[in-house]
Amino acid sequence: MKVLGKKPELCIQCHACESTCSNTWFKTDDAEKSCIRIKSSKEDAAKAEITVCTQCGECIDICPVQALTRDKSGVVRIDKKNCVGCFMCVGFCPELAMFMHEDYIEPFKCVACGQCAKNCPTDAIFIVQE
Amino acid sequence: MSIENKQSARRLLKEYAYSLGMIDKGYANRTLYIDLSGNTILEKPVTQEMKDKFTGGKGFGLKYLWDAVTPATKWNDPENEIVIANGPLCGITQYPGSGKSLVVTISPLTNMPVDSNVGGYFGPFLKFSGFDALELQGKADKDVIVFIDGNKGIVRIEEAPVDAADSHVLAEQLTEMFADSEEDKRNISVVSAGSAAEHAYIGLLNFSFYDVRRKAARLKQAGRGGIGTVFRDKKIKALVVKFVGVKGNLNHPADQGTVNRTGIKLHKEIHDLDDKQNRMRKIGTANIIEIMDEYDLLPTHNYKFGRHKDTYKINSYVFQDMVTQGMADGCWFGCSMSCAKAADNFLLKSGPYKGQKVVVDGPEYENAAALGSNIGVFDPQVVMELNFYCDTYALDTISFGTMTAFIMECYENGILNKERTGGLELNFGNAEAALELIHQISRGEGFGKIAGKGVRRMKEYFVKEYGADPAFLNDIGMEQKGLEFSEYMPKESLAQQGGYGLTNKGPQHDEAWLIFMDMVNNQIPTFEDKAEALHYFPMFRTWFGLNGLCKLPWNDITPAGNKYTSEPAKIPEHVQNYVDIFSAVTGKIIDKEELIRQSERVYNFQRLFNIRMGYGKRVHDKIPYRAMGPVTVEEYESRQERYDKQLQELLGYDPVGKSTEEKMKVMRAYREDQYEKLTDAVYKRRGWTPNGVPTLEKLKDLGMDLPEVVKVVENNL
Repeated sequence: MKVLGKKPELCIQCHACESTCSNTWFKTDDAEKSCIRIKSSKEDAAKAEITVCTQCGECIDICPVQALTRDKSGVVRIDKKNCVGCFMCVGFCPELAMFMHEDYIEPFKCVACGQCAKNCPTDAIFIVQE
Repeated sequence: MSIENKQSARRLLKEYAYSLGMIDKGYANRTLYIDLSGNTILEKPVTQEMKDKFTGGKGFGLKYLWDAVTPATKWNDPENEIVIANGPLCGITQYPGSGKSLVVTISPLTNMPVDSNVGGYFGPFLKFSGFDALELQGKADKDVIVFIDGNKGIVRIEEAPVDAADSHVLAEQLTEMFADSEEDKRNISVVSAGSAAEHAYIGLLNFSFYDVRRKAARLKQAGRGGIGTVFRDKKIKALVVKFVGVKGNLNHPADQGTVNRTGIKLHKEIHDLDDKQNRMRKIGTANIIEIMDEYDLLPTHNYKFGRHKDTYKINSYVFQDMVTQGMADGCWFGCSMSCAKAADNFLLKSGPYKGQKVVVDGPEYENAAALGSNIGVFDPQVVMELNFYCDTYALDTISFGTMTAFIMECYENGILNKERTGGLELNFGNAEAALELIHQISRGEGFGKIAGKGVRRMKEYFVKEYGADPAFLNDIGMEQKGLEFSEYMPKESLAQQGGYGLTNKGPQHDEAWLIFMDMVNNQIPTFEDKAEALHYFPMFRTWFGLNGLCKLPWNDITPAGNKYTSEPAKIPEHVQNYVDIFSAVTGKIIDKEELIRQSERVYNFQRLFNIRMGYGKRVHDKIPYRAMGPVTVEEYESRQERYDKQLQELLGYDPVGKSTEEKMKVMRAYREDQYEKLTDAVYKRRGWTPNGVPTLEKLKDLGMDLPEVVKVVENNL
């Protein structure tokens, strides 16, 4: 299974990943349109929390129209043609890694494309092939 | 003949082409009218005034029905209409419970308007096809179907292309016939009745949605008031709508982001809390079976008792094991509450489909109580089988259960016997007889023919034919206004007696469910408190029906901090959600007070519609004594300690040394007087006269002083 791995302890919160992701998929620099999110831990601002899809697939069973499926490499993908924009997958994601932005009528998520990992200066995120 | 051949043999009676429109902020701004007598098809514009006064959904339905009928119209007159309306929030896919259709007609049971709230895809698809409502008037010569193609802009009336009469077959066959492929089946919704609706007055309508995982057409029911009976009287076999291309923005809301965010907030809440609260996602409304039993509220043996030693055999965990888990069981997209449970591969043991394995849509709580404890049946297999046959034959499970319970009590009291029932031994708990009764109703045969007319007509029949004591039958026959009670025991909660009795369509809990507030939590002790609750909650709940919404996501899940709010019973955060999504979809900014006023406009209109039809006054709001207190010695003595204590504490009446009959008489006088006092308080709070007529001042205040409505008030003051 292909998945984006993470080591939050290495993250310096530069947010380059968010920028790369939103530029890659939505042609804009906007963290709200990124499939990976970096924020400071509530307990210790120096510590980072990385929110990104683990490809666990819980959302697949939630979707009322079977628009969520796992592809050959194990990545959970959204079929935008069939998606009816209910966002149940957003509410039910155990990682809170399925996202909605009001500019779009379908949700979006990490598909482990690896672009962000290439731009991470500390290797805090990386592609894992399990 | 194969489905394909039948499709080519379809005979067209009328085709109507319309231009596709654009939904604007929740409204298609157009409705569809069909007269089956002359095969006339028309479009009607929706005016701003209609939206301001009636909002949509049930409001539109009642307005059209009012215009269509006269005070003399009976349910089977051609001018009677069935109106199916969706409402401005219907069809949004983000907030749970937003796909409901509201159906109104003049009821064969009550002779006045009845309304029913139903899931399935028909309502949203109707709107996406371009219509806020569908009026069906007139009667066809022979069985027809109506087909709406929402992408091509075509409405067709055709001779019914299939012979099947029962819904589970009809929905499958018509879905197959009108879909181009398996993938296309999700774009079809079928409305149909069943064989029993051709004979009984308690016929329902099934609204389908295609379940992509089970690969089956699932059914949701517009159950109450005999709408299916009217449907078959009009010789409508089915309505079929097809719409390809559902997306999350088809309502073109004024503020899509707020709709999305509010929906996601509730999805999260359900994800986090449902397992700890009501387990709606696992077993739906049936989660309360054992809770009702525990609180002595589960109708048992025709509402004599509130619990039974065998309830554990039909508790929610038994049914949880019977229904397939882990499915996305929403009856419209985006319903993460997912309460539309189903048992797969259920083997039928009786009737025309005996030996077949079917999908049973259910059981819901009402089914388990009506088809289980109320008729003394504690076998889950039988409850499920009755559930299946009620649906496919098109019988309202609530009315069927309540009227069977009434029959059983009559049987045990000698009013009925084997000779009179044609051999059916209808004692409480006789599952075989209950099953045979349902099959007889579907065929319009034997005792089933009498039973299917409902409790009110059976009472008249038993008095006339068998010399039964009318006073006793009126005490134990759990109907009011002609409609059978739904499945809660209101005997020990005065507020719930009002919740059932002081309603528009009859004793259905969709207006107010106050038992816990009143009896368990003691939150509304005075008459004024109860009256306030019997104003607020019926109005609040009416609002769901104006907008195409389901009530369940309002209070079958509660936010984590709800109990610390000032009014936990109202679920303030969820009320605000509704204010927010209404404002966001329609662009009309409302607050929680205006929400109630939107309902009051339609509620008072419906009350005056009832009055216009010759009903709807104080005399019609009285309820049978079985709903208020112990009718029989057996009932009194089953709760003697509680009743004796009440006599002493509330009335200063010393029960020691008194016979049960003496005590019952005193108790009855007290409880009946309490109900009258409650009625006074509620009418006052609602702005009605002591006779239950809305006042002109109230109508003016609401902006509902329409000339035709004012005339009804003036004629009845």
